[in-house]
Amino acid sequence: MAAAGGPTDTLPRWASLALLPALNISAALLLSGLVVWLIGEDPVEAMVLLVQGAVGYPEAIGYTLYYATSYILTGLAVAIAFHAGLFNIGGEGQAYIAGLGVTLVALGLFGYPWWLVLPVAILAGALFGAAWAFLPGWLQAYRGSHVVVTTIMFNFIASSVMVWLLVEVLIAPGQQSPESRPFSPASVLPAMHTLFGAIGVKIGNSPLNLSLVVALLAALGFHIFIWHTRWGYEVRAVGHNETAAVYAGIPVKRTIVLAMALSGALAGLMPLNEVLGVQHRLLVNFTGGAGFVGIAVALMGRNHAVGIVLAAILFGALTQGGSELAFEKPAISRDMIVVIQGLIILFSGALENLFRAPLARLLRTA
Amino acid sequence: MEDTLGLIVSLAAATLRVATPLILAALAGMFSERSGVVDIGLEGKMLAAAFFSASTALVTGSAWLGLCAGVASAVALAMVHGLASITYNGNQMVSGLALNVLVAGLTPLLATVWFQQAGRTPTVPNGARFLPVSLPGAEAFGTVPLLGPLYRSVVSGHNVLVYLAIAAVPLAAWILFRTRFGLRLRAVGENPHALDTAGVNVAWMRYRALAIGGVLCGFAGTYLSIGQGAGFIQDMTAGRGFLALAALIFGKWLPVPTLLACFLFAFTDAVQVRLQGVPLPGIGVIPVQFIQAIPYVLTVLLLAGFVGKAVAPKAIGLPYVKSR
Repeated sequence: MAAAGGPTDTLPRWASLALLPALNISAALLLSGLVVWLIGEDPVEAMVLLVQGAVGYPEAIGYTLYYATSYILTGLAVAIAFHAGLFNIGGEGQAYIAGLGVTLVALGLFGYPWWLVLPVAILAGALFGAAWAFLPGWLQAYRGSHVVVTTIMFNFIASSVMVWLLVEVLIAPGQQSPESRPFSPASVLPAMHTLFGAIGVKIGNSPLNLSLVVALLAALGFHIFIWHTRWGYEVRAVGHNETAAVYAGIPVKRTIVLAMALSGALAGLMPLNEVLGVQHRLLVNFTGGAGFVGIAVALMGRNHAVGIVLAAILFGALTQGGSELAFEKPAISRDMIVVIQGLIILFSGALENLFRAPLARLLRTA
Repeated sequence: MEDTLGLIVSLAAATLRVATPLILAALAGMFSERSGVVDIGLEGKMLAAAFFSASTALVTGSAWLGLCAGVASAVALAMVHGLASITYNGNQMVSGLALNVLVAGLTPLLATVWFQQAGRTPTVPNGARFLPVSLPGAEAFGTVPLLGPLYRSVVSGHNVLVYLAIAAVPLAAWILFRTRFGLRLRAVGENPHALDTAGVNVAWMRYRALAIGGVLCGFAGTYLSIGQGAGFIQDMTAGRGFLALAALIFGKWLPVPTLLACFLFAFTDAVQVRLQGVPLPGIGVIPVQFIQAIPYVLTVLLLAGFVGKAVAPKAIGLPYVKSR
């Protein structure tokens, strides 16, 4: 899409990749500070609390990375669809349904060691997530139903299905709250502090677990797929210009379905962190909005693997710091995190041209 | 016989009540999308209007001032959407989503701060709400067989916003298809270059279309919190903005088919509420979660084009960049 002042406003690569996102996020944080000030709190103090809560001590860093793990996966999911020109808002539902797959594996392989459960759980999560994204993808490709609306509907449907399953079917016997029975302690993913402790390195206790490694490997795989495989090339070609892709002999419809299924598969890895790594059982709404954060992460990370990992860490810090902030200052509830997310999506996504043209002019004269 | 009539009357009345916010939001989407701007932010605008109308009504005790605040907040959001998608040529989907997320966080945050209740406002007293009005003669005719109950409970007995929503459909159709403004608005959504050549300011046209959409979303949100409901609850729009969008697509961006689509969704919802916990012959009781999912499943089925392909305005979603 052309920039505000016409196509001449090209920015140097470093400015487009580092300076512009920094400006966008500063604008979002500035407005967030204004909101904090409007509700009668000190924005500077809030910012200090937020940063301290996010990275101020070893446990906090662990929590930040634990949140980031989920966001890396949902961010990659959104990004792969973006590359195909599709806006997958359904990461939330896809991760939710994938939680079912991961849970079935963990309960089916009850008592088996985690290194045996993990690969099967990865397959199951990816498969369940892909299946939930396949249908909107297919409907978009072959029936022209808008993927934005259908994926949102699939989020609602996923929520209904999962609540029903948890209330009526999977609920642990004799249990009041709708959750599955707990997994075997042997089957769950080991926490990072346990792993590091085993080799003699002491790090803070936190829910951070092995799935961070899975997420980073997924980011690597994403990068190789998008930039170094024929399928990835086809996905990008369809995203850039569908008509041209047709003339290039690319099966557009199949590529759309493939991109959506892969997107769902990536979102489907998120329960490895939350379900298999931390909660050790299936809970209602365990996704906690990670699917939507993935959209902001993909936008901020410019759909690039490295950018997504960095943006996910930023959002992880925001979530962790925001929780601490809400704890310290009850007036600033956790909803503030959602406000900041919305502003970041607005400034780094929708209003990305706001600073682009002035910045280009500034850099030309400088 | 009496029972059947009673059921029909109550289903029809419920359909009308549920359809009202859908109709208003779908018309909002119609103005916006006919001018070429995609609006997935209907949801957020409604939610903001629901919150600000309820809080204003609580503080001032006036439903009409509440409506004004609701409309103002929705129009303000529409202008932000315009800034992003018209002035700065941003991605319209992303802008709409950003506003939805922003409002989803801002409204419970403010509710907590202003009213010290987690994510909601206190109950709005009846004096500050839009209450059902009895149309003249409703009681007198009420005893007439067949037509009496229909008039008393379906035609009469709604709040003023319901009647406004119904009236808004022919009004919108007239503006869009019978006025010069409407012609230009639709043309801007089909071929903005032609309009620009003819000396029409494309951006200004689209801003006005978005503003009208904001006003309509303001009415829709106000209806939810101080018409149908009595106070703001976190996420009270529950996907209605997207259902309205689906109705608009299903209605092919035309007023009357869109109205019918809204009625269809609303009817499904009215039936859905009645089906909960009722055993069906041969099937038994359907789990409530499945019944609640019916409107969403229906949306997907309708969008899957089982009823014919919809053709969107040609320039929809494309920012207009003036050529030099």
